[in-house]
Amino acid sequence: MTNEALQQLIGSWFPNPEVDEIPQIIENLETSEVLEENVESSKPINPSLLEFTEEGSQFLSILVQPEHLYALMNQLKLNKQTHFDYLFCLSGVDWGEELGVVYHLESTTHRHSIVVNVKTKNRENPNFDSICDIWRTAEFHEREAFDFFGIKFNNHPNLKRLFLTEDWEGFPLRKDYVDEINMVIK
Amino acid sequence: MQPTIANTNFKTEPYQINMGPQHPATHGVLNLLLTIDGEIIKKVEPDLGYIHRSIEKMCERDSYQQIVHLTDRMDYLSSNINNEAVCLAVENALQLEIPERVKVIRTIIGELTRISSHCLWWGVMGMDVGALTTYFYGFRDREMLNDIFEETCGARLTMNYNVPGGLMLDIHPNFVKRVKKFVAHFKTKIPEYDRLLTDNVIFQKRTKGVGILSKEDAISFGVTGPVGRASGYSCDVRKYHPYSALDKVTFKECLKTEGDTFARYQVRIMELWESLSIVEQLIDNIPEGEHRVATNAVIKLPKGEYYQKVETARGELGVYIISTGTKNPYRLKFRSPGFSNLSALNHMAVGGKIGDLVATMATLDLVIPDIDR
Repeated sequence: MTNEALQQLIGSWFPNPEVDEIPQIIENLETSEVLEENVESSKPINPSLLEFTEEGSQFLSILVQPEHLYALMNQLKLNKQTHFDYLFCLSGVDWGEELGVVYHLESTTHRHSIVVNVKTKNRENPNFDSICDIWRTAEFHEREAFDFFGIKFNNHPNLKRLFLTEDWEGFPLRKDYVDEINMVIK
Repeated sequence: MQPTIANTNFKTEPYQINMGPQHPATHGVLNLLLTIDGEIIKKVEPDLGYIHRSIEKMCERDSYQQIVHLTDRMDYLSSNINNEAVCLAVENALQLEIPERVKVIRTIIGELTRISSHCLWWGVMGMDVGALTTYFYGFRDREMLNDIFEETCGARLTMNYNVPGGLMLDIHPNFVKRVKKFVAHFKTKIPEYDRLLTDNVIFQKRTKGVGILSKEDAISFGVTGPVGRASGYSCDVRKYHPYSALDKVTFKECLKTEGDTFARYQVRIMELWESLSIVEQLIDNIPEGEHRVATNAVIKLPKGEYYQKVETARGELGVYIISTGTKNPYRLKFRSPGFSNLSALNHMAVGGKIGDLVATMATLDLVIPDIDR
């Protein structure tokens, strides 16, 4: 599927008409029922739920609000037209003011790729929904993001430090991390 | 016949035992926390980080030329392919036109690296299941390759031969001659490998039906490389996202459907033949030309995000660079194949015996610095 077609299809899951329609759509997504029919793409996307961008990246990129992350991911995996069954990279990123996670997805049947971004301004207690019941590889990758960025993943079965020891203080890959002994600042 | 009397005086209960970090079958400093009941494995929990060096954090303060040197230290058995991944990512971001000569040499050395890595794997695989001779055979053939690398790249293991824009030096005048000699030599040796280990009945009984991973689980766990292909998951980056000169050669993707330890073994042996064939197709036709194009002394990538995949000997290595337009990456993530492959170990080992776990781990071909980074 081309990037334009993907953008139209995924956008149609989050339409932007009257406000009262939105809760109903979200409900649909959470039942993990596969949307078979092609929703007509004339409806504009709700920019408060997700944004598309193709700038500065070779993949189509989505920025989604944290509360809709799980529903979107579940739909991306289960929908037969998108069928993103391979999560090939999950990276935590410290964007400065925000902390975020970047998910790289690929479909092994259609061979198209997509990037999903999620960000939060809450640096004290950042948390997103875990997706490790959708892609099991996420279990280790989310633990790595927790270890280095302190991002918590709700409903993760075993969220604890992966590389560092349990009593390590701070999250080393954050930009504001300081360690005067071990870090060489140039 | 007397009925067997069940022992009701003693009951079993699960207990925990440490395998590693100094266990020879873990191939490095990997600690596995096993929960076992008798000899049956209930749970495998890897304890990582013994040699974590935070390469990703170091990359954030280094220039792109310096980062290449760090990648050798991840998966040191496919060091040249790791170097290539970073160089390709930087070159694609800068939209540099790379000479054909560079592409062909990179592919040849990449495939030779793969053969060298599989030789070592074959040696230690045999040793893990109790056949010591394989170790010497594997290392004997690998030695020839290391000599070739030493002559051309100046190093035997951590090669640092690639730089953004091309190669550090041109190939040594002996390179073509010696590679041809190796190819001819190694073609007579793979059947020897088969006679010694593949057809061995004891070996087959140790490996067939052990550590099974289905195709669906392989995809879900993000398992790539020979491990994924042994489960019937077609995941060869060289086929789907060809880089360097791989779009000019013909080779077949080695697939098996059994998903057990023996299938993973067979896939790697088949890959030896395919890699030899790729080298043979290219070695006579190395184009003339420059071995490097000039880049700025300080490389600054345009603002944006770049992702480059390559196929190392262990699977898919991803380099994810976020650049803000400065001379250092804002964030650099290595998606290492060993890390994802290891995450499937618990799933594959539960219900088996400890001896089976050793055989399963041997075919996962873990390199611990690749996991810890």
